[in-house]
Amino acid sequence: MKQTPFYEKHRALGGKLVDFAGYAMPVQYQSMVAEHLAVREAAGLFDVSHMGEFLVTGTQQVEFLDYATINDIRGMVPGQAQYSAMCLENGGIVDDLLIYKFQDKFMLVVNASNIEKDWNHLSKLAEAFEVTLENQSDQFALLALQGPLSRDILQKLSDLDLDEIPFYHFAEGNIADQPMVIARTGYTGELGFELYHDPALSSMLWEALMEAGGDLGLKPAGLGARDSLRLEMKYCLYGNDIDESTTPLEARLGWITKMDKPDFHGKAVLEAQQMAGLKRALIAFELTERGIPRHGYTIYVGDEMVGQVTSGGHSPVLEKGIGMGYVNYPYQKTGTEIQIDIRGRKIPAKIVKPPLVKNTSIAS
Amino acid sequence: MNVPDNLMYTEEHEWVKIDSNIATIGITDHAQGELGDVVFVEMPTVGDSFKKGDVVASIEAVKTVAEVFLPVSGKITEVNEVLNDAPETINQDALGEGWMFKVEMSDPSELDDLLSAESYKNLIE
Repeated sequence: MKQTPFYEKHRALGGKLVDFAGYAMPVQYQSMVAEHLAVREAAGLFDVSHMGEFLVTGTQQVEFLDYATINDIRGMVPGQAQYSAMCLENGGIVDDLLIYKFQDKFMLVVNASNIEKDWNHLSKLAEAFEVTLENQSDQFALLALQGPLSRDILQKLSDLDLDEIPFYHFAEGNIADQPMVIARTGYTGELGFELYHDPALSSMLWEALMEAGGDLGLKPAGLGARDSLRLEMKYCLYGNDIDESTTPLEARLGWITKMDKPDFHGKAVLEAQQMAGLKRALIAFELTERGIPRHGYTIYVGDEMVGQVTSGGHSPVLEKGIGMGYVNYPYQKTGTEIQIDIRGRKIPAKIVKPPLVKNTSIAS
Repeated sequence: MNVPDNLMYTEEHEWVKIDSNIATIGITDHAQGELGDVVFVEMPTVGDSFKKGDVVASIEAVKTVAEVFLPVSGKITEVNEVLNDAPETINQDALGEGWMFKVEMSDPSELDDLLSAESYKNLIE
C-alpha cells in the first residue's frame, strides 16, 4: 500500500488504517461519531493526500477543459474553484473533480481511485488541443481543515486575511511561514479550507494546525467521518453514487451540467436523455423508523421495487438512518414515502430535500 | 484487550457468563473495537425460544452491521433495555453494562463447546 506523508502521524494517533484506493488511510482514530461531531461543532483535520492533482497549461487550456468537463470553464477567473465532472461519449461519468483556475494554468483535483483512468481519458482528449497535462499527484500533499472554527484556527498561522477568500475561491499564501495553496473548498458542508502543499512541509503543517486548534476542539478525522459528513450533505461519492453507468442528469448534477455550452464530451447523449425524459434520479432519504440503510439495499414503494440505495449510514447529527439512491420516476419527488429493505424487513423512509443537515457554517 | 478469565467465549466474538441455568450474553471487547461506534441494536423478544446458532440480534455500527448468534439454546428471559437509548454502552463497557440479553438454557451441555479465555485470546491474537 502507498503511504501519504502523514502515515506516521496516523500510526502514532492510533488511526485504524485501511486500504483506500491503494493508500493506507485512517478510517477513524478513536470514534467516527466523535470525529464527525467535532467537524460539525468545532473543526476536524483530514489527510486527503491520496487525491490526484493534474496541471493543465498551454494556449488552448480553456478550450480543452471547456470540452473535457461539463461545467462552465470560460466564466472562471483566477483564484476561483469549481465543482465539475467529466463524461464519457455515452454520457456516463468518468469522474467528478474540482477545478482551480490560476493566472497561467488550471489544476484539476480528481479521486484517488480514478487517477490513472482520468489521466488516460484526458490525455486522449488533449490530443486535439494545444495543451500540456502534468500528473503532479505525488508532488502535492493535501490537508482539509473543516468546521465552523476552521478559519479562526487557520488565521492564527496565516499571513493572509482569510475573510477575503470567499466560498469556492483560493489564494496562494503562507501558513506557518510556508507557501501553499489555501482553498476554501471541502467535502463536509462546513466552512473549511484545503491546503495543497509540498509533502516536505506535511509533518510541520499537521503539528502547527493541531497546536493552533487544540484548545478550540480540533480533532484529527478519518475517512469514516468524511463519508458520514458528505452523506448528510448529499454530496456524491464516486463509485457509490455516480459512476460510468450514471449520467450527471440522473445524478441531479444538472446545476454543473451546462447544456447551453456549444459542446462538451458526452453532451449529445445527455441532450437525447433530456429530450426522452429521465427514468430515474438520485435522491436523499431519511428513515422514519430505526435502522441503517446501506449500499445495495433495495428501495420499495409498496410491493414495487423502485430503486437502490447507493450510499447509506447513520447520521450523527439527526441520529437516524439516512441515505442516497436512484429511484425511478415518478417516485423521485420530495416527500414520497418509500421503504428500504433492510435484511428482509421493509423499513419506512421518506424522500427529503438535500442537504439533510441544514444551517451549517458553510457560507459563514 | 480485556478478556476476563471468568467468562466463556465463542468464535463469533460473544461472551457468556453463567449464573445457575441463566446465561448472560454480550459481545467481546475485541468485537466492539472492530465494529467501531455502535448506533443501534436490534434485540430478540423476551419469551421467545431459539436454538444454538440462531441469529437473535444485530448490532448496527457506523460502518457495518454484525449479527449476534445465540451461543446456547434456550428462552430469552431479559434484554438490556439500556441499549435502546444508549447503544454506545457496548463501546464503553462491552463486558459489563453493555450486556445484551439473558437466556434460560435448555441444554447446558452446549456450554462444553464454548471457548475459554485462553483459547479466545489465541483466536484474536
